[in-house]
Parts: sequence; structure tokens; C-alpha cells
Amino acid sequence: MHEAAIKTIHVSYLWLMPAMPLLGFLINGILGKKLEQKLGRWVVHSTAIGAVAVSFVVACITFASNIAHPHAVLVTRLWDWIAFPGAAHTLHVDLAFASDRLTSVMLMVVTGVGLLIHIFSTGYMASEDHYGYWRFFAFMNLFMFAMLTLVLGDSILLMFVGWEGVGLCSYLLIGYYYQDREKAAAGMKAFVVNRIGDFGFIVGFSLLLWSLVGTWDQVSGLYHYQAAFSPTLTFRNIDALMADATFRNAFLAKHVLGVPVVTLIGILLFVGATGKSAQIPLYVWLPDAMAGPTPVSALIHAATMVTAGVYMIARLNFIYAYSPAAMTVVAVVGGLTALYAATIGLFQTDIKKVLAYSTISQLGYMFIGVGVGAFSAGIMHLMTHAFFKATLFLGAGSVIIGMHHRQDMKDLGGLKGLMKSTFWTFLFATFAISGIPGTAGFFSKDEILWKAFDTNNLLIPGWIVWLLGFIGAGFTVFYMFRLVFQTFYGEPRADEHTLEHVHEDWRMTSVLWVLGILSLIGGYVGVSKSLGGSNRFEHYLEPVFERSAAQIHFLSEEGGHGFMHSMGGEYTLMGLTLLLIAVAIWLAWKIYYNKYRTPEQEAEMYGKGLHRLVFNKYYIDEIYFKFVVNPLLAFTRACKWFDHWVVDGAVNGAAWLTKFFAWLDGGIDAVFVDGLVNLSAHATLGLGRQFRKLQAGRIQQYIVVLATGLSILVIVAFLLK
Amino acid sequence: MMGAILHIGLYHYLAVAAVLLVLGLYTLATRRNAIGVLLGVELILNAANLNFVAFAGLGNGDAGGQVVALFVIALAAAESVVALAIVLAIFNKYRTIEIDKVSRMKE
Repeated sequence: MHEAAIKTIHVSYLWLMPAMPLLGFLINGILGKKLEQKLGRWVVHSTAIGAVAVSFVVACITFASNIAHPHAVLVTRLWDWIAFPGAAHTLHVDLAFASDRLTSVMLMVVTGVGLLIHIFSTGYMASEDHYGYWRFFAFMNLFMFAMLTLVLGDSILLMFVGWEGVGLCSYLLIGYYYQDREKAAAGMKAFVVNRIGDFGFIVGFSLLLWSLVGTWDQVSGLYHYQAAFSPTLTFRNIDALMADATFRNAFLAKHVLGVPVVTLIGILLFVGATGKSAQIPLYVWLPDAMAGPTPVSALIHAATMVTAGVYMIARLNFIYAYSPAAMTVVAVVGGLTALYAATIGLFQTDIKKVLAYSTISQLGYMFIGVGVGAFSAGIMHLMTHAFFKATLFLGAGSVIIGMHHRQDMKDLGGLKGLMKSTFWTFLFATFAISGIPGTAGFFSKDEILWKAFDTNNLLIPGWIVWLLGFIGAGFTVFYMFRLVFQTFYGEPRADEHTLEHVHEDWRMTSVLWVLGILSLIGGYVGVSKSLGGSNRFEHYLEPVFERSAAQIHFLSEEGGHGFMHSMGGEYTLMGLTLLLIAVAIWLAWKIYYNKYRTPEQEAEMYGKGLHRLVFNKYYIDEIYFKFVVNPLLAFTRACKWFDHWVVDGAVNGAAWLTKFFAWLDGGIDAVFVDGLVNLSAHATLGLGRQFRKLQAGRIQQYIVVLATGLSILVIVAFLLK
Repeated sequence: MMGAILHIGLYHYLAVAAVLLVLGLYTLATRRNAIGVLLGVELILNAANLNFVAFAGLGNGDAGGQVVALFVIALAAAESVVALAIVLAIFNKYRTIEIDKVSRMKE
């Protein structure tokens, strides 16, 4: 009934995309060690790359299909997953993969960037022979499987399977160098923090399921089950339900304890997103995740996995569109994170740490995009970010390998002439992330900031969110150029021995060039109308977002809101942004060009207190430890104490009491009952011992007795006579 | 008077036999050595023999007493054979003929 609104086309090939990397994982995971020893490393990475390459080809086919059928969803149904045959109106979930236009964009990003990073990894991991070359590629393939399951999952439940899967792979790959205690701990931190988010995600989609088939009593808050259909939890099913006015009105009227259920669902799912996509307050795991190999940071912690939260919100646009409150939360948290993480990036000295905070900040921009209702702008930034941030991370990886695992700015510098390919591609990506006009980042970030300014969909004025993003953009430019100047310009600070061996690997540079060029030109898929384009990217995604678009309000589209919400306002903001970029680059040039500044010098320049606060990342880790981790540990210790003394005490006390009574009972038994028995035994024994002497078998004794007795008898008889 | 003193009558025999009997019993009761015990038995048998012979010679003149005495001597010889064989067997088994040490019964 409800499915009628969205056309589905059944195809047979979607399952291949997750299945091939899974196969690759199984081959490398089970046989990898043998293959590597017997046949060499090329077998291991060929298997892994081949699997992803097949996925990429299938993704291209899917993409073409989605272009051809704008309003249809491609579905490959494998089998019933959760079903109760015979029962009416119960949960029925298929194990099925689906692809619409939004999915296809993600598929291209995930398989395309994934493939490139797999190729890059053959160079990066070439010298790895302690922790297992095959292990790395097996986990990378497992990650591709989980990520593609997340993206392609037809229902929220299957998406959640992928969601957990990528978390697992993230944990496995952050802790790849598992013998280093700190790195293993970083993996654990990522996993635990993600679990907190996942809890919100689980509660969110459970609430969604319940609200589809029941209501809460306004007064008592009790839940009433009243299903009129079998929920399938597929996205297109819920989308179609929400498009149905009768159902929608009933759904929006549902409240839990006075809060609209749609807002609760939105916020709870966003809690899941803050964990996976490293937003305030759950971002703390991502900087530590840099402990993993650099291709992992590029693939999982920049280009794909961390964008899962953004994808999830865009996927569920039909829920968010009806809750301005939830969207406000998303946009404000995104804006705060964009600014906050950018400031931390200013003073980091480890090149990967700078990029990690930059990733958190850029994810913030994506959340601003989806939060203000500019879903396609958010997704476009997701894509361009995948290009330029992958380039930046892989460039950092190239530097790290070239410089023999040095990644602190104090040991780098002057690499411009030594690592030409790395330098140029890194520079391209820096232009892109800074939003220099014409590069990929310019089109996507500018679109997001404009939409944030223009939105009329939030509970607060849009310019507040815009301002957060705007200031963050300035900091972004500054820290990126600081990174470039400190790493590639000035005098080399490494020792001579290292500098003699600086090298670039063709497997790495070729990938860098592909991604670097994509960072430059990737934005032309979505040039906005104000810049003379036709915004093809937005049009491409329109079929996915058109139903919710009716609910999202932008001031400029409603007309009559003055200059700032017309085309002129957009140009004004763009001009402001360009001015900001120029000023930030100029400042970075003044301070860092050809001059290396130590953290101590930076502290002098910016003021010691401020520098210390930002350099120590606002002491957030310490605060979490003091107020969350330690109280939790104290609580667990209290529980342990309670367990040990009260619970165990009660058990042990009962045991002791039983033992005591048993002892008492045993005593009575031993003394009185046994005493009586033993007494008779002893008496018998004593008597027997005495009597035994008469029967000792000593004939000589008998004779003595006999003779004595006879003598006595004779004497007596004689006397009596 | 001298004649009266030298006249050996029945009582003399009986007295000697009684002394022999007591000595035999004493030997039998006190000897630790199995051979000594057997010697005690021999003494007792000979005391009995002496009584038989005395009563036969000084009594009614019939030869029954002597005959019994001869029987007893033959029996004693046979008994010695058997007893010495047992003693030899004991010695072979226990390497001693001290009868206390051969005892296996509990006190």
C-alpha cells in the first residue's frame, strides 16, 4: 500500500559490492599468512585490491542505473531476515540491499576512494613485516564490506549492522600496532566512545519502530501497540509512510512524556552520529585514532566511516524534516564542532593530529549542511572532503614514510624540493579545504555557509550557525597553511642521514595525483546557480530529497526578506569569506613562511595562557577523565566493594553459618551418639582383651595353671578329708 | 633295723616317680627350648612307666604293668620322632626353636 509511492526496480547485482570485499577478507584472513609466505605479498594485496576493484565496477554500473532511473530505488533482496510467518502485523525485515541516487554517490566515494587507498597502502605498508601485511589488507577489506553494508542496507537494521561493523574495523585498525600499549588503548577508546553513541542509535531506531506501530498515552505515558500493517523498517517504506498525509499527521501527533517522538528519534539518532562522526561531545576518540597506519586514517577516519553519521541523517531526511528542534540540535552541534575543532588544530605539532582536528571540524560543516536542511550540500561536502582529506592524509603518509616515521613538525620542514609530488598534491588539497575559489572545497563549503545563513527552518536565526562556520573557516585556512609552511618550507630540520634517504614511492604518488586533481576539480559537479552553474549535484539528488524539501524553509525562497536573503546577500557572504581566506593566508604567510616556530615561540606570540589552553585541547580529555571516566571507575570500584563485602559477604556469611551449625551438629554426634556407640565398643574390647589372655595359646602357661589348679584341688581334698 | 632301712618298698618307687613327675612338669612349664619341653614330656612318661612297673612288680605279680610300660616306651619313641620332625620344620621356617618366638597369637 505505502510502497506504491516509490518505485522499486529489482536488480541482481547489488549484493556483489559488499560480498566481494567480504570474500577478500575471508581469503586473506584465513589463508593470508600462508599465501604471503608461499606465493609472496603480491597475492595478498592483489586479492584485496581486486575485491575492491570489482566493487568499484559494480558501483559504476549502479551509478549509471541510478542516473537512468531518477525516481526508482534499485533493490536486491536476498532473503527474509526477521519474519514471523503466519502472524499478522508483525515486524518483517528482509536482508536486502538498495540503492537510490544518494546511495550511489556514497558508493562511488566509498569504492573509488577505497580502491585508491588500497593501492596506496601497498606502498605505505611495504616495509611492514612485524604486524602482518595480510592482516592489514584483510581488515581493510572487512571494513569495505561493513561500510558498503552500511551504505547499501535497505533497512535501518541492516544499516546498523554495517554501522557496528565499521566500528569494529576502526577498532581493529587503530590497534593495528597492537604491541604498542598506547596504540591499543587508542583503539579501545574509539570503540568505547562509539558504543556510547551506538546506544543512542539503538534507542533511536527502536523508538522509531515503536512509534510506527503504536502510541504513548498522553497522561500515563504507557505504550499501546496498535499496528495496522507490518513494519519493514526499510527507508523507502518509512519515506512512503511519511509522504502519506494521514499517517504523517498521526505520527507527528505522537508524544513521549510530552516530547514529540519525531524530535526524540532525531536527537537520539544524532547521538549515534556524534559518536561515529566525531562531533561534540563524543569527538575525543578521533585524534587518538591517528595511532593507526596512515592509510587507515585516510580511509576510515577521514573519507568514509566518519561520514556515516552525515549519510544517516541525509538518508533519514524524511524524519528530520519534520522536527526543526532536532535539526537545530544537529546544526548547532555541527557549527560548534566546526569552530571548536578548528581552534585546536591551530597549535598541534603532529601533522596527523592537525589533520584529525581538521576532519572533526569539516564533519561539523557537513552537519551544518544536513542540519539546516541543505542535504545535497552536506553530501557534496562529504564527497569533496573525501577527496581533499584523503589527499592530505595520504600526503602525510607519504611524508611519514619518506622521513622514516617522523611526523612532528619539529623534525620536518623544507620538503618542498625533496618530495615534489607529495608537496604539490598536498598544496592542491590545502587549497581545496581552504575554499580557494575554483577548488572542490570552495563550492561545497560556500554552499553550506550560504544555506546556513539563509535557513528559516531552525529554532534560532540561521546567521548564528553561519557565524560559527565562518570563523571556523578562517581558522581552517590558517592552520592548513601553517601546516604546509612548517612541513614543506624553510630549512629541513631532520638529520642528514634521514634527508639522504628521503624518497617517494610511485605507488603512493600516483594515487596522490589522482586524488589531488579530484580535490581541485571535484567541485565542478555542483556549481551553484549564483556562480553561473546549474547545480547538477543538487538536481541529481533531488528525487531523494524532494518530499522533505517541501518542509524545509529558506528565507530567500520565501521572498521579501531584504537584500541579505537575495542573490546579492549570497555574493556579499561569498565576498566576506574570500576576504577572510585572504587575510588568514596572509597571516599564516607572515608568521610561518620559511620560519619555523617552536611551540614555545608560539606561546610567546599568542599569549601563554591561551596557547596552553588550546595546545592542551581545552583539557577536555582531562575533564572527561575527571568527571566521567574516574567517577565511573569509582562507581565500578564501589560496585566491586559492594559485591565483595555485601553480596559476597551475605553469601559467605550464610556459608559460614551453615558450616558452624554443621560443626555443632557434628560435635553433638561425635560426643554423644558416637560416644555411646564407642563406649559399648570399648567395653567389649576391654573385656575381650582381658579374656583373651586365657586363650593365649601358651601351652606352658596352661600347664602351670593346670598343675596349680590340680595341686589346690588335691590339697583341698586332702584337708577336707 | 638296717634291713628295714635297706628294704625298698612300693612307696620308694612311688616317691621317685612323683619326684620325676614334678621335675618333668617343671621342665615342661619352664623350658623355652622346644627340645627341653620334649625332654620334660619324656620325664613325665617315664614317671608313669615307673609307677606301672612298681605296681606290677610289687603288686599282684601279673605282667600287665610291664607290658603297658613297654607300650609307653614304644609310644614315646614314636612321639619323639613326630615331635622332633615338627621341631625341625619349625626351625626351618623360623630359624629358631624358642617356643615363645614361634607363637603367633596375640597377647
